[in-house]
Amino acid sequence: MVLKGKAWKFGDSISTDLICPGRYFHLRSNLPELAKHVLEDADAQFAAQMARGDFVVAGGNFGLGSSREHAPTIIKLAGVSAVLAKSFARIFYRNAINVGLPLVECDTDLIEQGDELTVDLAAGTVQDFTKKIELKSHSLPRAMLNILNDGGLLAHIEKHGDFKLD
Amino acid sequence: MGKTLAEKMLSEKSGQDACAGGIVIARVDVAAFQDGTGPLGVRQLQKMHLEKLRAPKAILFIDHAAPSPRKELSNDHMLLREFSRKSGAILSDIGEGVIHQRLVESYVKPGDVVIGADSHTCTSGALGAFATGMGSTDVAIGMAMGRTWFKVPETFRVEVKGDFTPGVGSKDLILYLIGLLGADGATYKALEFGGPAIEKMSMESRFVLANMAVEAGAKTGLIASDRITKEYLRSRGRTKDWRALAPDKDAEYERVIEIDARKLVPQVAFPHTVDNTRNISKALGIKVDQVFLGTCTNGRIEDLKIAAQIIRGKQRAPGTRLVVVPASRDVFLSAMKSGLLDVFVRAGGIVLGPGCGPCVGVHQGILGDGEVCLSTANRNFRGRMGNPEGLVYLASPATAAYSAIKGEISDPRDVYAKKRRRGRVMKPRRKKK
Repeated sequence: MVLKGKAWKFGDSISTDLICPGRYFHLRSNLPELAKHVLEDADAQFAAQMARGDFVVAGGNFGLGSSREHAPTIIKLAGVSAVLAKSFARIFYRNAINVGLPLVECDTDLIEQGDELTVDLAAGTVQDFTKKIELKSHSLPRAMLNILNDGGLLAHIEKHGDFKLD
Repeated sequence: MGKTLAEKMLSEKSGQDACAGGIVIARVDVAAFQDGTGPLGVRQLQKMHLEKLRAPKAILFIDHAAPSPRKELSNDHMLLREFSRKSGAILSDIGEGVIHQRLVESYVKPGDVVIGADSHTCTSGALGAFATGMGSTDVAIGMAMGRTWFKVPETFRVEVKGDFTPGVGSKDLILYLIGLLGADGATYKALEFGGPAIEKMSMESRFVLANMAVEAGAKTGLIASDRITKEYLRSRGRTKDWRALAPDKDAEYERVIEIDARKLVPQVAFPHTVDNTRNISKALGIKVDQVFLGTCTNGRIEDLKIAAQIIRGKQRAPGTRLVVVPASRDVFLSAMKSGLLDVFVRAGGIVLGPGCGPCVGVHQGILGDGEVCLSTANRNFRGRMGNPEGLVYLASPATAAYSAIKGEISDPRDVYAKKRRRGRVMKPRRKKK
């Protein structure tokens, strides 16, 4: 699958509190409404100005903190096609795959706000057309790739009736 | 080759030879939701018609917004109560306390695999259980199937020796360690705490260490189950739940970190990351608008005792609010019985019902723009306490209590030094039996 879009650049340590602020706790059962506030405390303009298909591009330890699955869910719901970061926090990583949000672990230093990107998940490559560079990404572990390819954990269990990880 | 605590527990529960780096499917003993993650998890179960739950203990905790401050959350609570009735899942309703405190008090036993849709589920690891936080869908599937999959973590052994200086404790130790490792320094790893200082540490102090393992990115924080674990379970009327559990002597660790407790000084985590920790000397004099004493990290009776010893007979500083939230009903009752709540209220503080309180920024003490909160919680991310313009500093109950009467961040070792000069030895007050 090849994804195409513009880069929205964020820094290091983007916590789930920045992605999905606790003050919107009451919107957790209203995901479309909650998605209007996605990443609001990291970039107040992001939710209103991003286009469907765009990428979130961040530094290290993206998604640290709370286990709230709402964080990757509203990133996906907002139309972000994948999150690119130098590294991801553990629970966020698992949650993102479970809800079918692709994650790309690569060196994001050279990518800047507004760069035009394409991401080839299967090949593990990121093309930055603005910078005319190609980046290699780390591939997902087999277990996670299986879940992502099935469309998330629920679909995975429905399809196989059990965990099918290898 | 010997096994770490994590490898031992996952081997037992998976029936496989669990070695760091491998993937296992393990039986789940306890699966838990709270009111922030439960509604999504319950809807996932309903979508799959998986309302028959195979996890031996499936528990729903209403603690984050308890009692509900908004109709939307009241409706979420209704969904959880209804699901409990239909599925047989245990309901821990408002007033019973924070998920992690309730799990260790009544539900988790050494050797259990515990999954909770809350990142601080690792708290139970202090009882010698493999306990970790996951998202709603993972916990929903684990709750329904009674099994889940894990990557077996590599382990960092944290070896602690020496006695703590009076005024310094396990919160300072864990903040120091997180500062040392960084917020992603132990990502995917298990932190296994041991050594002479841990062997004689109270269970309540041990919970603080396991609770904050996730703040270094770790999957879980583990401590061997020993005589102190046994004594804790006995005090909860759960002697039968105890079993000894320890890592093998020749277990293989990815890294060993040695810490001398004698050298530790009180630590403060500055906004807006938990690994932004500094020695208290760097924080002295910072004016505090609100002190928050509570949470799954430091809302236990030991914490309230330490704070009450410092506050007793004094007043909160003018301009510094004091919010106290016992972590569970039992903590609340015990603090009431021993007169601790009296101390806080007389000092000008406010004592709220058991639960998460203002920690998550939902209610009960949201910060104003530019306000400073000194909190005993485990997180200080921007926006954490309900306002991205608020500033949250993290510290121990002793530091929080002393700062509440001083009005600025203050070094609690001063209290103990003064008492010693007066020839009084500070010892925790023993409850009369």
